Amino acid sequence: MKKTALALAAAAALLASPSFGADKVKIGFVTTVTTPAGVIGRDMVDAVNLAMKDIGGMMGGLEVELIIEDDGFKPEIGKQKTDKLVKQDDVHFVAGFIWSHVLLASRKSALDGGKFLISSNAGPSQIAGKLCHENFFSTSWQNDQTPMAMGEVLNQRGVKSLYVMAPNYAAGKNMVSGVERTFKGEILGKDMTKWGKDAQLDFSAELAKAKASGADGIFVFYPGKAGGAFIKQYQQAGLQGEIALYTVFTVDSIALPNLQKAGMSGVLGSLNTQFWGPDLDTPQNKKFVSGFKEAYGRYPSFYAAQSYDTIFLIKSAVEAVGGNMDDMDGMRAAMMKADFPSVRGPFRYGNNHFPIQNFYLRQVVEDADGVWTTTVVDTVLKDHQDVYAAECKM
Amino acid sequence: MDAGLVAAQLLNGLQLGVLLFLLASGLTLIFGIMDFVNLAHGSLYMVGAYFCATLTDATGSFLLAVALALPATALVGAAVELLVVRRLYRRDHLDHVLATFGLILCFDALVQIIWGPEGMAIRLPAWADGQQHLPGGLVFPTYRLLIIGAGLAVAAGLYVLVVKTKLGMRIRAGASNPAMAGALGIDIGLLFTLVFALGAVMAGLAGMMIAPITEASIGMGNEIIITAFVVVIVGGIGSIRGAFVAALLIGLIDTMGRSFLDMGLKLVIDVQAAETSAPALSAMLIYILMAAVLAFRPQGLFPPKAR
Repeated sequence: MKKTALALAAAAALLASPSFGADKVKIGFVTTVTTPAGVIGRDMVDAVNLAMKDIGGMMGGLEVELIIEDDGFKPEIGKQKTDKLVKQDDVHFVAGFIWSHVLLASRKSALDGGKFLISSNAGPSQIAGKLCHENFFSTSWQNDQTPMAMGEVLNQRGVKSLYVMAPNYAAGKNMVSGVERTFKGEILGKDMTKWGKDAQLDFSAELAKAKASGADGIFVFYPGKAGGAFIKQYQQAGLQGEIALYTVFTVDSIALPNLQKAGMSGVLGSLNTQFWGPDLDTPQNKKFVSGFKEAYGRYPSFYAAQSYDTIFLIKSAVEAVGGNMDDMDGMRAAMMKADFPSVRGPFRYGNNHFPIQNFYLRQVVEDADGVWTTTVVDTVLKDHQDVYAAECKM
Repeated sequence: MDAGLVAAQLLNGLQLGVLLFLLASGLTLIFGIMDFVNLAHGSLYMVGAYFCATLTDATGSFLLAVALALPATALVGAAVELLVVRRLYRRDHLDHVLATFGLILCFDALVQIIWGPEGMAIRLPAWADGQQHLPGGLVFPTYRLLIIGAGLAVAAGLYVLVVKTKLGMRIRAGASNPAMAGALGIDIGLLFTLVFALGAVMAGLAGMMIAPITEASIGMGNEIIITAFVVVIVGGIGSIRGAFVAALLIGLIDTMGRSFLDMGLKLVIDVQAAETSAPALSAMLIYILMAAVLAFRPQGLFPPKAR
């Protein structure tokens, strides 16, 4: 009898222990680790690990547990992994998400589960507008903003006609609508190519069309390794000097090493727009870029920068409530202030919890060590807010 | 529509076609002779690309790298046949699919462990990296012309091998009736290993040729292998001639669809709808062709004789 009672008491204690307040901050991080896009996921995971090291693995006196999940570049897997993080691991924050279509598929699982959802990259128009939510935050941008900045650059440079290419998925469509929104010239042709795990990487037919269109410039959005493939074929087709190249999220520190190795010097001097750059002069960015280069021997990408910011945003929330992880309202209020050292410098959040921030023009150059990178040459948009914020009732 | 653009797209279609042929010829031989469904054929395409990229780095010469990577890929193909595939011939097709799907996962994981996730670029020699001015004012990338030339040369070589040589006679005998060929004293086991290695070499060559354009990357074979299966089915299972014709046909249809379908659609429906539906529709074209072939000529366009 006594034994049974003891056993019951022990069982009760075991069962009860998880509800003794949180003794840990649990962060689930969904990204792409496998498939060719795994190269992006590696940059993000490396940046998160670096951030964890820089904060000593602690937030507000609590230990931080990080759980990385692989979405396999597929919306349905991303949703499954989010479900697992919410139901099985019972995390406090679900973060990460490279891909807009994966984020859109996973969004409901995290938010309905009462968790904070933080996008470290994807910024689909839906979530900035009608589907905005009090527990969603972005440490990146809304998809349309960066191409809108590029549209302004094209106008400033007197580009009269444009050929547009992007992958056929949620973000690709946003990128195209973004540049169309600000570019005042004529769009002579547009190709939306197959995307996903079996994305189209050979653009011979599209490049031939672009050339025949006689446009002044070509605007492309090809993230990850598709970017490198595109630039190579652009140069091999002899389009350099015939149709000027303008990109968003295509020429980054993921594509550049392989382009340099392949001798694709045509990319040097090409222009792109971005909210950040490795040489952006802020204290946090200096610490981040030098720490990243020291730890991993390469330049961080913007994906890495946003992931690094994600950890510091979460830290600001946990510290504001003194580690009381049940205080969702307190953490939300803290995050809305954007009161953390961001690699992009100070910024504020809009009503839809997307950053209101600057967008810069960047150019591909060779650094002092002979490594190809990008450098900020101009500020195109100052304190820019996305256009979908008006549709968000918050 | 401008004639130069049409000509350029014909060349692009031809280039895709010969690449598909290199993959599909091995696939159709393995399917036709061993009755074996090899989903992992695309992994050999990937392995070829990575070998070539690594050897280009080591030797500094793309051509030398290709020459060394071809036998290396053949060895990998032979090893896969001897270690895994050989045990599966007597099992049914579902087991083939499961086992070779497992092989794909193994190959993808191995490549990630050995070479990392970032993919490998190949630097082309300067003479291959420019453009050629063709008659009619057409400017076309030199390297893509080289792919067309090399692919057609390999197709011709394969034709000679299969039709004019003793080994080819055995391969054809094996394709027509493996049991009878075995009874007549042909070493079927050795023949199967050879055919598998030959298929691996051609898949590897296709991978080596595409890598300077798209980079060697994990899972690069998994998309194109589906298209290669479509080629095999349209051409007739086991038929190299069928694979050749179907590969060129599908290369042209796919390229022309991507090039001109949106223009055509804009004449009938509004611009917005044409822009969104054209990519989806052009991706479907080759499957529509396959469905039509399966409906009206299920044995394929050029089925091998004496089945």
